[in-house]
Amino acid sequence: MEKHLINIEGLSKRYPAQSGSADLTVFEDLNFGINKGEFVCIIGHSGCGKSTILNIIAGLDDASDGIVIMNGKEVVGPSLERGVVFQNYSLLPWLSTLKNITFAVQARWRNWTKDQVVEHSLKFLKLVGLEGVENRKPSQLSGGMRQRVSIARAFATQPQLLLLDEPFGALDALTRGVIQEELLKIWSETKQTVFMITHDVDEAILLSDRILLMTNGPHARIAESVKISIDRPRDRNTIIHDSAYYPIRNHLVEFLVSRSRELSGGESSKPLDTQESGAPLEVDPGAKNTEELEAEKNNVAVLVK
Amino acid sequence: MLKSLNVRSYVLSFVILVALLGLWELLNQPPETTEALTEYEILMGGADQEARVPPPSAVLKLAAEELGNPFYDAGPNDKGIGIQLGYSIYRVLAGYLLAALIAIPIGFVIGMSPLMNKALNPFIQVLRPISPLAWMPLALFIIKDSEASAIFVIFICSIWPMLVNTAFGVANVRNDWINVARTHELGRVRTAFTVILPAAAPTILTGMRISIGIAWLVIVAAEMLVGGTGIGYYVWNEWNNLDLSSVIFSIMMIGIVGMILDMVLSRATRLVEYNE
Repeated sequence: MEKHLINIEGLSKRYPAQSGSADLTVFEDLNFGINKGEFVCIIGHSGCGKSTILNIIAGLDDASDGIVIMNGKEVVGPSLERGVVFQNYSLLPWLSTLKNITFAVQARWRNWTKDQVVEHSLKFLKLVGLEGVENRKPSQLSGGMRQRVSIARAFATQPQLLLLDEPFGALDALTRGVIQEELLKIWSETKQTVFMITHDVDEAILLSDRILLMTNGPHARIAESVKISIDRPRDRNTIIHDSAYYPIRNHLVEFLVSRSRELSGGESSKPLDTQESGAPLEVDPGAKNTEELEAEKNNVAVLVK
Repeated sequence: MLKSLNVRSYVLSFVILVALLGLWELLNQPPETTEALTEYEILMGGADQEARVPPPSAVLKLAAEELGNPFYDAGPNDKGIGIQLGYSIYRVLAGYLLAALIAIPIGFVIGMSPLMNKALNPFIQVLRPISPLAWMPLALFIIKDSEASAIFVIFICSIWPMLVNTAFGVANVRNDWINVARTHELGRVRTAFTVILPAAAPTILTGMRISIGIAWLVIVAAEMLVGGTGIGYYVWNEWNNLDLSSVIFSIMMIGIVGMILDMVLSRATRLVEYNE
């Protein structure tokens, strides 16, 4: 088994019982790992505890059971090694755009000079396509620009793991598409490890190496780990023509529509099929069968002729 | 449109002012005397014997005189309006700044620590509704100095709005911003200064603005009690002199200084305000 950057083992979250009802178990017994350099998305319906998982990995929330291990050490409390991009941007509104970034860079490298900090910050602002707005306050930026600042802030601190909590949830479809591509670009340049929550199936396919599928809560579980076998670099316009795209998409949609409910945990539920390690079953709906591979080869041969 | 709105509002204000002053002037004319006054009546002030509020013309005449030479000092009972206001402002600022020095740090602690909040809340709730002047006898007895007692009364009345607002502002800083500080591994002190203080600053400044207003209200009453100097003493002293023109003039000055103090704090609030 390859060594993961981060391992989640037996993670559960329960809220203590209110009078007259049982404990509320949001999710239980989650096991998965993320490799270095991997882009992993997690999809599931509202209320399955996705954000809670992300907050626990970030160290902002405590698990009821189980542990998060990063680089062989248990995660206790937040750290600069795990950068977070929040859905609502969480920029500090009294600071300018540039100050919002230098704030983070300074926290990361305390002994850097002011010039170093500013130079580094500007580099990352440029990377997300924001130039000339350094001195504007977040309230003077559009939603898309604010989220870019937030992404720049997270990438600028160069954490080992980047956690994105539905970063595009509040954006319109056009802006969303543009920033997705920017995120892909930065990710391929920086080789960051990313763990991201999303509701958007197409977004998940475009961005990730693997998608974790969560069943409905309460008693949510991770049912499958879906491999996205589509070559990179990917492009928003051409990815839908990839032969693996629709098999993967149909698999995800089918899961969200029906299986996410059927597979939901609880007292009456069946145990899930898992790997030996307890990690979710790996599936690869986009894998090409031999016939298709043959056909492709022939096509190439025809073209060459 | 905006400009014309401003112009129209100025014109309307001016019309209202003239109408009010005119009404006041007309209603307070000395009664016409039909017969010649007797020698006795002239000695006793004649027609002025009948009590009446001095008309605005008399007040404005006095105001021009007083403001023409605001800082003269002709003994304990005859000082210029500038000196009297100066004493009051000094007392207000001394008590107010002392209160800020104590209220803001304690408010921070209360806002950040639910334990301290619960532990200190009963004290605040009991002490806050006490009229600041009720402390005066105790202050005079313990401090044995009327000047310092007046400052203490200002201190005790301006501490509460600042304390309560600071605690409220600090406790209600958005959790997201605290999380930003946490994920960037900022310590408690750094978080307090770089995130919580700027986030709560508008609320704190609002508390400071309420406090300065209350302090200016209270100083007049406090100075009427302790006497000696200050605008409150001046008002009461002129009442004892039956110089109503001076009383009205000083009432106006109290209003104007209060407005200036409020404006300063309102400007300061604008400096720390932010849009989300």
